[in-house]
Amino acid sequence: MTGSWQLIRLILRRDRIILPLWVLILCALPASYAASYAGLFPDDAARRQYAAGTAGSPSFESLLGPIFGDSVGALTAQRVGTLYAIVALISLLTVIRHTRTEEDAGRRELIAATVVGRHAALSAALIVTAAANLLLGLLIAVTPTGSDLAAGGSLLLGLSIAVTGIAFAGVGALAAQLTENAGPARGLAILVLGVAFLLRAAGDPTGSWVSWLSPVAWGQQAQPFAGDKWWVLALPLALFALLAGAAYMLSVRRDVGAGLLPARLGPAGSTRLASPLALAWRLQRGLLIGWSVGLGVAGLALGGTATAAMDALADNPEMADIMARLGGTASLADAFVSGLLGILAIAVSAYGIQAALRMRAEETGLRTEPVLATSVGRVSWALSHVVFAIIGPALALLVLGLTLGISYGAGLGDVGGQIPRVVGAALVQLPAVAVLTGLSVALFGLLPRLSTLAWGALAAFLLLGQVGAILRLDPVVLDLSPYTHTPHLPGGTLTATPVLALSAIAALLILAGLYGFRRRDIG
Amino acid sequence: MSNAIMVSGLHKSFGRTHALNGLNLTVGTGEVHGFLGPNGSGKSTTIRVLLGLLKADAGTARLLGGDPWRDATTLHRRLAYVPGDVTLWPNLSGGEVIDLLGRLRGGLNRQRRADLLERFDLDPRKKGRAYSKGNRQKVGLVAALASDVELLILDEPTSGLDPLMEEVFRDCILEEKRNGRTVLLSSHILAEVEQLCDRVSIIRNGETVETGTLTELRHLSRTSVTADLATPIKDLPDVHDLHIDGSRVRFQVDADHLDAVLKHLSHAGVRGLVSQPPTLEELFKRHYEVAARS
Repeated sequence: MTGSWQLIRLILRRDRIILPLWVLILCALPASYAASYAGLFPDDAARRQYAAGTAGSPSFESLLGPIFGDSVGALTAQRVGTLYAIVALISLLTVIRHTRTEEDAGRRELIAATVVGRHAALSAALIVTAAANLLLGLLIAVTPTGSDLAAGGSLLLGLSIAVTGIAFAGVGALAAQLTENAGPARGLAILVLGVAFLLRAAGDPTGSWVSWLSPVAWGQQAQPFAGDKWWVLALPLALFALLAGAAYMLSVRRDVGAGLLPARLGPAGSTRLASPLALAWRLQRGLLIGWSVGLGVAGLALGGTATAAMDALADNPEMADIMARLGGTASLADAFVSGLLGILAIAVSAYGIQAALRMRAEETGLRTEPVLATSVGRVSWALSHVVFAIIGPALALLVLGLTLGISYGAGLGDVGGQIPRVVGAALVQLPAVAVLTGLSVALFGLLPRLSTLAWGALAAFLLLGQVGAILRLDPVVLDLSPYTHTPHLPGGTLTATPVLALSAIAALLILAGLYGFRRRDIG
Repeated sequence: MSNAIMVSGLHKSFGRTHALNGLNLTVGTGEVHGFLGPNGSGKSTTIRVLLGLLKADAGTARLLGGDPWRDATTLHRRLAYVPGDVTLWPNLSGGEVIDLLGRLRGGLNRQRRADLLERFDLDPRKKGRAYSKGNRQKVGLVAALASDVELLILDEPTSGLDPLMEEVFRDCILEEKRNGRTVLLSSHILAEVEQLCDRVSIIRNGETVETGTLTELRHLSRTSVTADLATPIKDLPDVHDLHIDGSRVRFQVDADHLDAVLKHLSHAGVRGLVSQPPTLEELFKRHYEVAARS
């Protein structure tokens, strides 16, 4: 542990902007939800009706989590559902960034040669991440909401989010020890989070035990402002202890730079690698396959949940009555699928950004120079990657549409009819996704040092979608997000104008990026 | 003889840093040209301009008769480049990288590729992440040397190579030279420069300070002389660092004044004389130290 304190200071120095930023932004969310619920439903009756109807509907429970009461606090505790996954994602990425990424870059060696203990790097990353999560939890507990929520419930809500982040810091720590590079480590840890999210989404609408298998579900199972089951917080903490312990064990057993799986030899040469496109395919195919498979699995799982939950509700005469008044089972199920696709479109956009910003990673990794020093032109090099940043998300959406259509159609007993509807609804998300890809390409070409702003834009659009309607923001502000303009399919009407406009914006952004990249310095 | 590279008055700034301040560089076709200068003096920046990776702010650069920025892709078919820090794709094997870069350049000589792999003792099946610094450098060298090109641009290509491999590298460059290829070699290894280069250019703070053959440059430098005289002298004009110790004198003299100074000495009667020609090391140190001071 010697040297951990110095390394903690190093991490705090390097993350001095990003760390306070995410803590401050996220800590304000629960209070803003609570305030808006208090405003929207001033009396108990309105809240009760909302809790029994919309908030208790399977689509809401699947996306956000279970609802355990009809107080403002209980509604808020459900509404913050996505926050658990967001905190988990940030935590695992932070730990990997300060462990395996450092090792990849060779910086860990520089540190390891000084008076620093073998565990110092891992400890420092875990301590900082855990502390940031605890700080977030406490800030959530003390942020004024405008309505007098129980102090105990607020603290439980904050801590339940904090311990979820801490548990996934453990996931990140273990993944970083298992693989030999930061990329696969991130992939593995995000896969774990994805599976956990799916288990929660599948289990919550029916209150099934399946939810208890998911670490992202535990926080809400503590039932802040309802059951107040404090003991549930022990689950994520125990998981963290287990995962971190395993990570420490692995880290002493291996060499610096090595993973658990030995590196294999590759081919002695290649005849296929003969164009920038072939190189881009080699560099992009892992992402493409990973995202397609991941979204395919998500589609199968979520389509099944939708119909299963509908059936369960239809058996309940009271609920069936409410649903009929809300537009009938079929349209509710369609709305569920449409909402689901809207959320998954944001995930697919993350893939688009990742694929486009691969160009920046190549450039800063000095791997672009040797290629551009051959007779490969800048535009053809860039286009080889842009192709994958557009076609990749398109393929991923197609796979998602197919699997979601199959499982959703199977539930309704109408596979043949549902597949084209759902595939179409998935593909109509592509223009908005392409706008984010285009934004990444434009930043890369015109403002390369600010390329990562593309992630900031995605986060801002995600936030707009989450809180925009509740905070009753000006429509002009909501219109900034490309996802606002995507037609709501299936169920809604398809209009050509937004689809064409978004596509045109995406194309213009890509052209601007290529124009900038042709004219700027490399490196 | 035509020139493979002609650069004059090249300027390039990055924000407030002026990397190049009117740099001149001429490399004749078929010559091996040493490109020397302290760290941060602008060698890599010049090379990146020549490769069309950076756009110069002012000045002209001609490469193989074309414009390095405008005609980049066509010119790059005729040259190969090895950076000082070869970075590889972690999941591509060395052999794949060699073939990729060769093909993107327009083809490579299979026989030469096999020869070079053997001479450099390189296992092409290892993945990029598994190579050591020296072996990554070998991947870059094999990819460049196996191509049939007119011009090799090498930016400190032997950094990280062991002495045996450095020897192999020098043999390869001498072969390239016999085959009439032009080489621009940026290097800090003086023995390498002395053995390989026909002409050298020394740059400092983005400006060329010396250029010429090694003999010419030596001429510009000072000879150190120690003499034992019959009659002690009090002073000696036109010399540097004069030390008089009884009948013994020690000093350094510029080549231009050597003749006059020797005449002066012979008047005093020379009993013994040791003169040392300037070493390359002294020559470079003089330029490098001035750079460090400024």
